[in-house]
Amino acid sequence: MDYLAPITIEEAVGALASTSDSRVFAGATDLIPQIRSGRPEPGLLVDLKRIDRLTAVTEGDTSWTIGAAAPTSGLTENIAFSRQFPGLSEAAGLIGSDQIQNRSSLGGNLCNASPAADSVPAMIVNGARAIIATPDGTRTITVDQVATAPGHTSLEPGEFIVEFEVDKPPARTGDAYLRMTPRTEMDIAVVGAGARITLDADGNCTEARIALGAVAPTVRRVTDAEAALIGHPITDDTLSAVAAAASAACDPIDDKRGTIAYRKQVAGVLAKRVVKLAAERAAGTATENGAH
Amino acid sequence: MTMIDENPTGAPSYKWVGSRSIRPDGLDKVTGKARFGADLTLPGMLEGAVARSPHAHARIVSIDTSAAEAMPGVHAVITAADLPDLAEAGAKTDDVFMSEKILARGKVLWEGHPVAAVAATSREIARAAVAAIEVVYEPLPHVLTVDEALADGAPLLHAEMITRGVDPAPKTPSNAASRVVHERGDLDQGFADADVVLEREYTTKPVHQGYIEPHACVADAGQDSRANLFVSSQGHFSLRAMTATTLGWPPSALTVTAAEIGGGFGGKTTIYLEPLAVRLSSKAGRPVRLVMGRDEVFKATGPTSGSRMKIKMGVTNDGKMTAAQVWMAFEAGAFPGSPVGAASMTAIACYDIPNFLVEGFDVVCNKPKVAAYRAPGAPIIAYGVESIVDELARSINMDPIDLRLANAAVEGTQSSYGPVFPRIGFVETLEAIRDSDHYRSPVPEGMGRGVASGFWFNIGGNSTATVHVNEDGNVNVIEGSPDIGGSRASMALFAAEEFGISVDRISVKIADTQTIGFNDVTGGSRVTLATGKVVIDCCRAIKEDLCRRAAKTWDCEIGDVEWVEGQAQHASGTETPLSLAELAETAPRTGGPISVTKSDNVRGAGAAFTTQLVDLEVDEETGVCRVARYTTAQDAGKAIHPSYVEGQMQGGVAQGIGWAFNEEYIHNADGTLDNASFLDYRIPVASDLPMIETIVVEVPNPGHPYGVRGVGEAGIVPPMAAIGNAIEHGTGVRLNDLPMSPVRLLDAINQRNDG
Amino acid sequence: MSRTHINCTINGDETDFLSESGGSLLNALRDDVGLMGVKEGCGTGDCGACSVLMDDRITCACLIFAPEVEGRTIVTIEGLANADELHPLQQCFLEGAALQCGICTPGFLLAAKALLDKNPDPTETEVRYALAGNLCRCTGYDKIIRAVLDAAEGIRASATSGDAA
Repeated sequence: MDYLAPITIEEAVGALASTSDSRVFAGATDLIPQIRSGRPEPGLLVDLKRIDRLTAVTEGDTSWTIGAAAPTSGLTENIAFSRQFPGLSEAAGLIGSDQIQNRSSLGGNLCNASPAADSVPAMIVNGARAIIATPDGTRTITVDQVATAPGHTSLEPGEFIVEFEVDKPPARTGDAYLRMTPRTEMDIAVVGAGARITLDADGNCTEARIALGAVAPTVRRVTDAEAALIGHPITDDTLSAVAAAASAACDPIDDKRGTIAYRKQVAGVLAKRVVKLAAERAAGTATENGAH
Repeated sequence: MTMIDENPTGAPSYKWVGSRSIRPDGLDKVTGKARFGADLTLPGMLEGAVARSPHAHARIVSIDTSAAEAMPGVHAVITAADLPDLAEAGAKTDDVFMSEKILARGKVLWEGHPVAAVAATSREIARAAVAAIEVVYEPLPHVLTVDEALADGAPLLHAEMITRGVDPAPKTPSNAASRVVHERGDLDQGFADADVVLEREYTTKPVHQGYIEPHACVADAGQDSRANLFVSSQGHFSLRAMTATTLGWPPSALTVTAAEIGGGFGGKTTIYLEPLAVRLSSKAGRPVRLVMGRDEVFKATGPTSGSRMKIKMGVTNDGKMTAAQVWMAFEAGAFPGSPVGAASMTAIACYDIPNFLVEGFDVVCNKPKVAAYRAPGAPIIAYGVESIVDELARSINMDPIDLRLANAAVEGTQSSYGPVFPRIGFVETLEAIRDSDHYRSPVPEGMGRGVASGFWFNIGGNSTATVHVNEDGNVNVIEGSPDIGGSRASMALFAAEEFGISVDRISVKIADTQTIGFNDVTGGSRVTLATGKVVIDCCRAIKEDLCRRAAKTWDCEIGDVEWVEGQAQHASGTETPLSLAELAETAPRTGGPISVTKSDNVRGAGAAFTTQLVDLEVDEETGVCRVARYTTAQDAGKAIHPSYVEGQMQGGVAQGIGWAFNEEYIHNADGTLDNASFLDYRIPVASDLPMIETIVVEVPNPGHPYGVRGVGEAGIVPPMAAIGNAIEHGTGVRLNDLPMSPVRLLDAINQRNDG
Repeated sequence: MSRTHINCTINGDETDFLSESGGSLLNALRDDVGLMGVKEGCGTGDCGACSVLMDDRITCACLIFAPEVEGRTIVTIEGLANADELHPLQQCFLEGAALQCGICTPGFLLAAKALLDKNPDPTETEVRYALAGNLCRCTGYDKIIRAVLDAAEGIRASATSGDAA
C-alpha cells in the first residue's frame, strides 16, 4: 500500500484519478479492521485529514458546515453545535470510545455504509446535505441518498464527501438519537432511532422526521410514524401510533447481534422514546440527555 | 470494603501480612517496562504465522507448502510431518490428542485447527506464505453441541472413542468421552420425603477467558536439539513438559522463561504456539516469535464448555433439602477434557443433602478444545443449582439465605464429592451477606434482587522456592509460579512477616525452569497457599540458621537464641541483638552464604465459599439490564494482601456478569465462529459495571501456617445464578439459558405479558 | 513493500523511522522505535491496550497508519513519568492496586491522563465512560476507577496549593 496525504481537494481528486485501486480514508477505524479481516488492500491510501476544509467545523448564519473528516470529538465538544443539535451531537458521540472519537468522522460513518451507523439517522432527520468532490467540481445530495446497501454508496469511483451542511433548526424544534446496544459503550447498534420534532405554541407537532438504523439494508425514514404525529400533541396515543408504525416499517435480519422480532419490537420502543425526548427538547422541557 | 475476622481473639496479629504494600512488579507495569510474551526481540529473529483450518470438520487430502517455501524471506514451513507421530510411537492417548491439537494430522476438527506454520523475515511475509500454503480438504459433517454430538448417528470426531466410566463398557464408539458419577443415599426416598420437588433444564454456551494479552512466545533453538523459550504462560514447567512431549524431546532440553503474563484465568495453562515456535526455530536455525491475533485467540484457544444440564431437587416445607439429581453434559471441544469432573464435584458441595446422584458426561464436538477457566466447571453447574435453589426457596416462602443456611455444609459435613470438610466458612459468607448494609436496605423501586452462593475446593500441589539473604541483609525470594494476580506481593509479605523486616527489603523473582525446581501451574488458586508455604518454609529454615549463627557468635546454645522482629536475641538479654544485616555481613565467618531452597507437594488446601448479592434494573421494553449494586462476600481464610484479594473477588464477579448477560460463542451453521472479536464477543466495559462491594471473610484454613485459602476462583461461580434470580425477582420471568441476553429476556417478558 | 521515512516527536524527542506505508503506528512504535509499552490486545480498536496520545488526543495506535504521524507529537507510556517522578496517575495505580496482570495498564493510564487533562474533576460515571474504550479483564474496573478519582483529587489539590504558593 502506498500512502498519500494531499492538502487540497484538487490534489486528492487527482490522486484518486491516477489509479483505480485507491481508497480515501479519514479515521480508518473501519478500514484497518476490514483489511485485517482479509479484505483486499488498496494500492493507494489517500488520507483526507490534511485538507483543511475536510476537518473544519464552521457555524454560519443559517447553517453549519462540518468537514467530512472532522473527528466526532470536535462535534461533541463544540458547545454551540451540541446545543443546537443535541441529538446529532449525541449520535456522533456514540461512535466508539474516546479513542475512536478522536478519529471517527461523519463522512467515514456514512461512507462505511453500515445500516447501524449511529450518526446517519441523526443526520437524516436534520436534513443534512453532503457536498461531494468529483473530477468535475462538486455536487450536493442529501445524506439519505448516499448509502445504497450495506457497504455500498452512490458515490462514483474517484469521488469523496468534502463536507456536510445542516441547516439550523427552526424555533421549537428538538432532535434526539437513541440506540439499543447490549453494552453501554463499544458496541454496534442493534436498533437506532433518530427524530427531529417541531411543535407549535400549543404543543402540536407541525413537523416530524423519524429515521431508524439497523432495521433495514439502509437507514429508513418512517413516514407513517411522522404522519401520525403531524397536527397532534405528543401523547401516549400518538406515541403508540409512532411505535406501531416504526415496527411495521422495519425490514431487519437475524444476525449475531439481534433477531428480526427483537429489532422490530425495539424499533417501536426506541421510536416512541426518541420522539418523546425530541419533543421535550422542542418544548424546552427536556430534563435528561438521550445518551448516557 | 469490609473485613470480617471470625476469630478476633484467637487470631495472631501480623505486621506485614494483611497490609497493602506496593506490588514488586508494579513499577515496571505502570511505566511500560514490563516484558510480556510478545515483547522480546532477539537478533536475527523471524516472525511466525499459523495456517488454520477454515472447516469445522474435514479430512486433509493434501498439503502443498512448496509455493510458501519458495517465497523470498521464508525460512521454515512445518506441518505435522515435522513433529513426531505420537500415535505411531504408542504414546498415551492424551498426549496423542495434545499433539494433534498443536498440528492437525489427517483430519481437522474445528475451524482454526492449525495445519501448518511458517517463519519468515516479517509478519507480512509470514502471513502471505500462510496464504500460499495449499491445503485440499474433504469436508465432513460436523457436530457443534452436546445434543448434536450425542444424537443417534452423529458423525464421530474420533472413530475409536469408547465412553469411559460406563459399566459395562459400550461396544460402539461415540462422542461421549467419559462419564463421572457421585452418589449417596436413596434418591427415591429423598424425593418422597420432599414437600416440593422441582425439575429444570439449563443450557450454557462456551465462553472465553478474554485475557487481553494474546498468546505469544519467542523460541530460540540451537542446532543441538535444545532451545530457550520465552513465553506468556501460567506454568512454564508444565508448558515445558507438554512442549517437549509434542516435540519428542526430553523436558530438560528446554529452558523456559516465564514472561509477564497479560491475563490467563486458566486459559494459559496449556500449549498452542510453543512447539510450533521451537520447531520452526530449530528448522530455520534462527529465533522465531509467534503471536496470535485476537481472532486466533477466540477461534483456536480454549474457552470453557457449553453445556446442557437437568437438575431435580426436593425440599421440605420447613426448608430441608432432601434429594438432588443432577445430569450434565459438557462440550469438551475437539478432544476430551471438559471440566465436567470438577463441575460434578462442586455441583452441590455447598449443601448437606442426604440423597443425591450427580452424573456428568464429557462430550467432544467440532469446536476448539476447551481450557481451564476460573473455577473450571463450577460456574456452569452453579448456574443451574443456585437457580433451582432460589426457586425452591420461593416455592416454600423462605428467605433464600435462610434456606441456604439451613442446609449449609459446615465443619464435619461429608462433602458431596467425598472428603469430610475441616473448618470452612460458607455459613460466615451467608451471614455476612444477610447482615450487610446492602441486604438490609430495601430493594430499590423497580429493581430485582438476587442472591447465590459458590464453592471451589482450591488445590495445593508442587512448589519450589529459594530464599537468599544478601550481604546487606535484604532478602531475595526466588520462586517458579508465574504471577497472574499479584502473588509476588503476597510472597514478599510472607517473607517480611517471617523475618520481621520491612517489605521494601524483599525482592521477588520468578525464575526460569533451569534456575528453580519444579512448580505446578499457577491455577486452581494454589500459589498463595502452596508456593507461599514453601517460601515460609525457606524463611523459617533461614531464621533457624541465623539463630545458629548468632549462637556461634555468642558462643551459646541455639536454644538460648530466638528471632524477634528482624534480629537474633539472646534469651538472657545479656548480648546485643544481631540484626539480619549484621548477621549477613558476617556470614562468611559463620558458615558461608545464607540461602535455603525448599520444595514440597503441599497439601492442606482449604475450600473457598462465596455468597453474592445483586440488585438490577430491567428495562422491560428492551430487555436490557443494568447492574445497580453488587456485593460479594468470600472466605479468604486469611487475606495476605487485602487489595489483591478484593481484586480477585471483583474480577471474578465482573467476568460472571459478562457471562450472565452477553458473552457466548456464536457459531454459524457451517461450524465457523461468527463473533471472533472483542466487538462482538462482549466482555464488560467500565461503564457497564458499578463498584463491586467486597466483604472479605476470614475463617482461617487450618491447613496453612497463615490460614490462607485460595481466592482466585470462587468469585466467578455465583454471578450468573444471582443475576438470573434477580431477574425473576424483578420481572417474574425465569431464564434457564445463558446468556440472559436482551433478546432472550424480552422474549420471556413478551410471553409473560401474553399470559 | 514500500517504506516511508517518517519524522515526528515521540515522548518529547524528535524521532525518525522507516515504516511500511500500510503498517500501523502500533507496529511502528513496537518494531521500528522499540517502545514495547504499547500493547496489542486486538488490533481492531476494541480494547484500548495500544492507546497513545497523538497531539494530546487519546487514540488507538492500531488504527493509525504509521505515515499519518508525520509532524505529529506522540506520547506513549514510556513518556508519562517526568524523569525521576511518576505521574500522579501512575502513583495512584500503584498505591490503589489498580492493576493485576498489567497488560491494559499503559492504555488505561494514557486514557485517564487524556480525561484529566480535559476534565480535572470528573464524576465516577464520567470516568467510567471515558475509560470504556479500555478493556480490563482482571480487576472489574473498581480499583482503576478509584485510582483515577484519587489521582484527579491529588492533581487538583497540588494545583491549588501551587496557586497559593
